Amino acid sequence: MSHTVDTDSPPKQPARQTGAFLPRLQRSGDHDLCPGCGEPLALRLLLECIEELAMAERAIGVVGIGCYTALTSLIDLDLIQALHGRAPSLATGAKRMRPDSLIFTLQGDGDMVNEGLQEVLHTAARGENVTCVLVNNGVFGETGGHMTATTVLGQRTKNTLEGRDADYHGHPILITDLISRLGGTGYAARGSVHDAKSVEAARRMLRRAFEHQLRGAGFSFVEILTMCPTGWFTPTAEGPGYLERVLAPVHALGEFVVDGRACTPGEDA
Amino acid sequence: MSRDLLEGSEAIARAALAADCRFFAGYPMTPFTELLEHFAALLPERGGACINAESELEAIGMAWGAAATGARAATGSTGQGLALMQESLSELTRAEIPLVVFNLARGQGDYFQATRGGGHGDYRLICLAPLDAAEAVELTQLAFHLADRWRHPVLVYGDYLLAHTHEAVDVAALDFGPTPDKDWAVDGALGGTGRARNLNPIGMVPGQKGIDPAVFWDRLQAKTEQIAVAEPRFEAEGCEDAELVVVAFGTLARFARHAVRALRSEGRRVGLFRPITLWPFPARALAAAAAGARRVAVLEQNAGQMIDDVRLALEGAVPVEAIGGISTDPAGFGIGPLLDAEVVRGRIHSQLEEGSR
Repeated sequence: MSHTVDTDSPPKQPARQTGAFLPRLQRSGDHDLCPGCGEPLALRLLLECIEELAMAERAIGVVGIGCYTALTSLIDLDLIQALHGRAPSLATGAKRMRPDSLIFTLQGDGDMVNEGLQEVLHTAARGENVTCVLVNNGVFGETGGHMTATTVLGQRTKNTLEGRDADYHGHPILITDLISRLGGTGYAARGSVHDAKSVEAARRMLRRAFEHQLRGAGFSFVEILTMCPTGWFTPTAEGPGYLERVLAPVHALGEFVVDGRACTPGEDA
Repeated sequence: MSRDLLEGSEAIARAALAADCRFFAGYPMTPFTELLEHFAALLPERGGACINAESELEAIGMAWGAAATGARAATGSTGQGLALMQESLSELTRAEIPLVVFNLARGQGDYFQATRGGGHGDYRLICLAPLDAAEAVELTQLAFHLADRWRHPVLVYGDYLLAHTHEAVDVAALDFGPTPDKDWAVDGALGGTGRARNLNPIGMVPGQKGIDPAVFWDRLQAKTEQIAVAEPRFEAEGCEDAELVVVAFGTLARFARHAVRALRSEGRRVGLFRPITLWPFPARALAAAAAGARRVAVLEQNAGQMIDDVRLALEGAVPVEAIGGISTDPAGFGIGPLLDAEVVRGRIHSQLEEGSR
């Protein structure tokens, strides 16, 4: 189905930027993140899901430390700023005191998989009824592109100049795979925001994760691969292609656990 | 008034519940472990929660999250575990989260940790040091009050003897007066209203791009200075006519009080000054109490930590001697030979003899 635009007459409305299509829970589209960054996309999906579920007035977010932290003053939800890596514990305390709230964390790979790996694993194993959301770009974006625990083999960063070498720098941690093996996990999925199809899939994952939490179905987890052209040292427009070509083959996309049962990523549950 | 014979740890846990503490998280470590046990037994039946955290890092994080929602919350450990919590303690002061933290320590070697802290940046914790179980009941409840009053973490610093000695105590709820509304607390209710809150330690204001750390930190510093003026607490006994003023805190002050009373009954001119708040240190009160003394003796169970605050308070006006020292049992839990009434009396007595020479 093609949609033909009549170019003989002037446009009926002026061109609009994406900032004009703000979710209600986002105060402004004016952010300081780099062009081509995937994190504002992930944030937008998160806010739209909370709005769709009519949970805006019962939601508490716990935010880690990373580029996305700069986005949080844009969010019109009650938020707690955590220390680097510690968000899942804060979410635990908040949920135990406010069991009817929708509690989520927003963390990056450096925050969650490096500094705070123990926190998220224990929170999952405890079956804590919270949703942890990871935006994973495989680098410390905020410091300017350094290796994290999820950096894939061969990936060049500022402290793996010749590419991540398994013998020297060790192997990447596939966090959704790891969390899927823990008994308290009710839902686990890895999505991406590198094209329109993946954005819609990631939206569905977030919604299902929140629905698990609201049903009390245990720990829910969504990892979203996001573009970081600055930290990858790629031209902005090549970010999505780099993600698809370099990150996604290692960090496989799909749902891993639904209703506490393992499923094969790539197949719809 | 009805008194029950309770282990110090249980008295503290019951006092916390009397103050409406609803959340606790901790990780076992001697001599703190029993406090965790009592919270684990008591909190769920009162509608609260006690989580066996995976480490002290998680324990304080969980308590942070609970306190951020407006619930009265606490965590604790021993000095070693408190060491792991320092980053959070520093940030909690900046996020202005009212949290109560117990250090049931292996002796008094954590004075610097309690009063200077090991966290980053400019911050101070309010620190209360109870003498015995009865005072721990009062100061535990006061800790929750001060935490809410100032939106500030409060440390309660005790030791093995306080945690493990059974004493007759009355755990009744105490009223310290009103505290400000917790309109800052993040309960999730304001999402989508344009007024949602962001409880953060960096001075971020919802809706505003960027932060202004200097303005934010100046405001916190002004509050810290208010606390320093408003909250020093102490007990002075027999200092008016004293040639020698003994300064001691916590468990060791209990031994010192016993020895000072015995020596005064023999006509010796000796007094006791006991800081109850280690920060803010009651510096002015100490300077006044020691104004007529020829000598000040600091009795503490460590290599010499509080003595720094004593010297700062006296500003050289009175000679200051250390009469304590490191003293521990073979297990390292802090029950050393110094914790003995005759030993303490002997050390105070020799200061009196030297001072009169």
